[in-house]
Amino acid sequence: MNPLTGYLLVAALLFAIGLAGALTRRNAILVLIGIELMLNAANLNLIAFWRYGPHPEALTGMMFAIFSIAVAAAEAAVGLGLVIAIHRHTHTTDLDAMNRMKG
Amino acid sequence: MSVVFYLIAALSVAGALAAVLLKNTVHCALALTVAFAGVALMFLELDAQFAGFAQILIYIGAVAILVVFAILLTRGSETPKDGVYSGKPLVGLVVAAGVFAILGWAVLHSTAVLPHETTKPQVTVMDIGNALMGRYVLPLEIVALLLTAALIGAVIVAMHEKEGAR
Repeated sequence: MNPLTGYLLVAALLFAIGLAGALTRRNAILVLIGIELMLNAANLNLIAFWRYGPHPEALTGMMFAIFSIAVAAAEAAVGLGLVIAIHRHTHTTDLDAMNRMKG
Repeated sequence: MSVVFYLIAALSVAGALAAVLLKNTVHCALALTVAFAGVALMFLELDAQFAGFAQILIYIGAVAILVVFAILLTRGSETPKDGVYSGKPLVGLVVAAGVFAILGWAVLHSTAVLPHETTKPQVTVMDIGNALMGRYVLPLEIVALLLTAALIGAVIVAMHEKEGAR
């Protein structure tokens, strides 16, 4: 079997698990956890294609993954800051209870 | 496909499943750390040492700690009375299963055309540094700007507003 296939299948499974978590959980922090899992699955794909693709010395896949990790860190910081701000305002992290844009 | 790959894959998938399924939010954060560690091991298995250690530093070191802080600050570890799942969990499950089916089908039907270089890439951290400072210097600067903006934005969003201050 092509070794890339295994990595791609694991990444697809991680992505599906993260998507299921982001779509079904009620707690906003758990939704962020699901999004982080999906970003990790995408990074795994990038690194796997970099390793098994032609010209790894061009470092394109590696650079893409590194920048993606940096953007994911920024996303996590802003997302969790938003959750904390909403919790201070409404005293809940339940997404089903957050149905108004008005403060 | 080596035994090591199967072990790492089982570890990361089990961690991801636990992170999504467990009821206690703190346990979810700990399981998320296991999933991140599994992905980091997979990066190392793929000869991407720099990405693997960056993953350990950033995800296990920073993002997981941030998630635990957010859980403790919002007292989210208490399990809500009306369940941990939103109104229609079945719809989300069906969408996720459909996405996995499509992705798996696409991967399995393109095995013949997938690249499969067998030679290990000879890339050192110095090469990565040279590339970051040379060819990829503009994206690097943009990411630096983005991180600064995100840092300031997160602080402003989460800052405590005094009564009548604004």
